[in-house]
Amino acid sequence: MTVELILFIVLALVALATAVGMLISRNAVYSALFLVLNFATIAVFYLLLSAPFIAMAQVTVYAGAIMVLFLFVIMLLGGDQLAPSKALPWQRPLAFTLALLLASEAIYLLLFRGRPAGGIQPAGEIFGSPVNIGTLLFNSFLLPFEVTSVLLLVAMVGAIVLTKREKGEAG
Amino acid sequence: MVPVTYYITLSAVLFTIGALGVLVRRNPLIIFMSIELMLNAANLAFVAFANAHGDLRGQVFVFFVIAVAAAEVAVGLALIVAIYRSRRSINVDEMSSLKG
Repeated sequence: MTVELILFIVLALVALATAVGMLISRNAVYSALFLVLNFATIAVFYLLLSAPFIAMAQVTVYAGAIMVLFLFVIMLLGGDQLAPSKALPWQRPLAFTLALLLASEAIYLLLFRGRPAGGIQPAGEIFGSPVNIGTLLFNSFLLPFEVTSVLLLVAMVGAIVLTKREKGEAG
Repeated sequence: MVPVTYYITLSAVLFTIGALGVLVRRNPLIIFMSIELMLNAANLAFVAFANAHGDLRGQVFVFFVIAVAAAEVAVGLALIVAIYRSRRSINVDEMSSLKG
């Protein structure tokens, strides 16, 4: 039982517990806070997998920007507590059955049908460093990178247009 | 040394929890959070495989996934706000205007 394995097990338990907490919380604000914790543990996983740049991007973009946006909208709409509806009574057992099926199928395929891929290398300083990521990003992936900037611009304009009030519209 | 299959199993379980969230919850904000959880599970698998194969392109792909997720959340939350403005409710069971 190495230190890395113990760390992995503890972090995996935290990640699973926060994911389930996000799922079963009645209050949407609690769900969002559970998800922030989940993103933070996944960022630590990225550090263990020698991806420090991705880990920092995860913390700033996901745990920072995206979840703040979520909390802002939850509080703006006041939709933090929605009464459970009973529109489809058979939906819940069916959903659990299908989810169990999906999990067993995914784990079976990944573990027993995929190619064995060995172990995780000990975290190297060089492998996932910002320098290496940047070199790859601006050489092999320059066009996707630029297209991403256009995508973000379009998303920004779209979000503003969607939420803008028409002239003379009340409320 | 942690085998890469442990990470893949964790990723699969997290993805399933996210899919379950989309199926059972009726609050569109929670459904969005579940989608983010599924994206994160996929990212974890990407980074684990990038490490196992010693190939940085997996991490670059995760970078793009994070950028697309940010765009998706901005537009999705704007849609939810617009729907709330017009219908005064965000229950997904009541968003059935397009049903014939």
